[in-house]
Amino acid sequence: MSTPSAAAIGPLVDDARVAARVAVEARQDAAFRVVLLAAAAFVLLVLGAAAASMLWGGRDAFATFGWKFLVSDQWDAVGHQFGAFVPIYGTLVSSAIAMVIAIPVSFGIALFLTEIAPTWMRGPVGAAIELLAGIPSIIYGMWGLFSFVPFMAEYVLPWVNRNIGQVPWIGPLFRGPPLGIGMLTAGIVLGIMVIPFISSVMRDVFRTVPVSLRESSYALGSTTWEVVWNVVLPYTRSAVVGGIFLGLGRALGETMAVTFVLGNAHQLSTSLLMPGNSIAATIANEFTEADSDIYLSSLIALGFLLFVVTFVVLAIARLMLHSLARKEGR
Amino acid sequence: MKTFWTARIHGVRSLAALAAAGLLVHAASAGEITGAGSTFVYPLLSQWSADYSTANGTKINYQSIGSGGGIAQIKAATVDFGATDKPLSSDELAQSGLAQFPVVIGGVVPVVNVEGVAAGQLRLDGTTLARIYLGQITKWSDPAIAALNPGLKLGDADISVVHRSDGSGTTFNFVNYLSKVSPDWKSKVGEGTSVAWPVGVGGKGNEGVAAYVKQINNSIGYVELAYALKTGMSYTVLKNHSGNMITPGLESFEAAAASADWGSAKDFSLVITDAPGAQAWPITASVFVLVYRQPKDAARSKTAMEFFRWALEKGQPQAKALNYVALPPSLVKSIEKYWAAEIK
Repeated sequence: MSTPSAAAIGPLVDDARVAARVAVEARQDAAFRVVLLAAAAFVLLVLGAAAASMLWGGRDAFATFGWKFLVSDQWDAVGHQFGAFVPIYGTLVSSAIAMVIAIPVSFGIALFLTEIAPTWMRGPVGAAIELLAGIPSIIYGMWGLFSFVPFMAEYVLPWVNRNIGQVPWIGPLFRGPPLGIGMLTAGIVLGIMVIPFISSVMRDVFRTVPVSLRESSYALGSTTWEVVWNVVLPYTRSAVVGGIFLGLGRALGETMAVTFVLGNAHQLSTSLLMPGNSIAATIANEFTEADSDIYLSSLIALGFLLFVVTFVVLAIARLMLHSLARKEGR
Repeated sequence: MKTFWTARIHGVRSLAALAAAGLLVHAASAGEITGAGSTFVYPLLSQWSADYSTANGTKINYQSIGSGGGIAQIKAATVDFGATDKPLSSDELAQSGLAQFPVVIGGVVPVVNVEGVAAGQLRLDGTTLARIYLGQITKWSDPAIAALNPGLKLGDADISVVHRSDGSGTTFNFVNYLSKVSPDWKSKVGEGTSVAWPVGVGGKGNEGVAAYVKQINNSIGYVELAYALKTGMSYTVLKNHSGNMITPGLESFEAAAASADWGSAKDFSLVITDAPGAQAWPITASVFVLVYRQPKDAARSKTAMEFFRWALEKGQPQAKALNYVALPPSLVKSIEKYWAAEIK
């Protein structure tokens, strides 16, 4: 809607002062729009600048190693041979394990808090979950190392090694020495860390489902599960996926908790019980001591690759949502 | 009335003058200098700076970000001095206009977490240690370890190797020693502040390695002696260059420092691992301080050098209390001569 000038309004309005006032407000409205546009542009600019500066810093590594940088599992600071495969693999696998644990649990929490829990319980339990989100990640790391790792090493991992490790197809994934620290432990700790994020988004969107929709479903005789699966979830699908990818984004970039319990070993192994390394942990550990230019450039290139990985994951999420929406004819 | 106010004004003026003089005096003696670098020496530097501050008023602000970080910060001139466990070569020093001198000596000790093995019970030698870290010896029951420890029951468990995940001067001294005693290690891995470890998990900092060794059964790691003693871990005994089994401690570190040939090293650029002395601990490490030869801020440089003079001449009791070895008096004299010659 174009801004009406005082002259245009003049004939329509008796009082000239009112016309002037309207013009002033229209100008203010236009200025407000410009400010908002600038804010959005600023965010995009910062994002682009961060990605560009990391690409610039990592140009030496990409130029020296080429495509092999992405698939090489070497990480030798003395021989100046660097490859990003082990950190990328560690980041993806630990985040995948975290999602496998966090999504069902968060869904259960959101379901419980919106459908099943008595009203007096919803406030305190909800607050307790949000408190989990406020715990600093280094505390998770310390708890993980000093309480969780010995528990895993003594009770859980030997059991996993003996029982699941012998199953034909997925056995090699779960076979290994019960060190305690490793991909599985890191994945579990990460999963616990992202539960509050995913569950609070899910709970908020579950609450936005119109009461009439839910009540009609109940009135027709649906069980609680049928209501949630067939009415609530389809209604809130895109927001739920958004919440899941919020949690995934956190898991991909998590540094301190992972470096405590993942083992920081630049070794590739099929077993989830073995230690590995992640992009964020590698950069945090080795940045201050990188004593050669190619070493520093490789670390910055790793940062750029984390950017790329997060971007690819988010793009997949958007595509998935788009195709789901299209199937529903929206 | 006039005399009343004149007296007041005189009073206020003299009070202000006194306060200003007091502030000036305070500012002159309460300087602050900043340093960054080695985590190895951090416990001692923080004790020295606390004592120097009570004696003198000057505050030393030291950030233990690792030797590589210390070198980078002093080269960028963002701090007044850097501390590193890995000495720079004379060429590197000349290129950056830096001077280098040792301040204290400590030792790196292997620590183990094996059931039934107390501190100082396990005996190892350089070759066996290198083979464990290469992944060639994988079990505690290996004949090479049993040969060195005839009476000790070690069990059959797998050895879990722990190393540093971050680059560090402690690592540098450790792998420098392994390179000297094992040609296999030297060709396969080499030495540096960060190396491509063939096996094992990485802990962040001396504290991280100590935490991992304590948590993981049947593990072996390497930490600075103060960390091993403070956390009550089982350190091992090592066979040195002369063939004697040496227990880590101040006497064996002192023996290594005394038997090292400081005179021949320009800018004190000497790594004293695998020292020749009969009672020398094989993995002894010196900590070096880097300062500018021609500093931009002469006053701050002077304050820093006064602190180091105090530390080298009077700081021995604190060093001993924290399990470091203070430098022998002859070495302190050569360092002071070097200061007079090199640092303006």
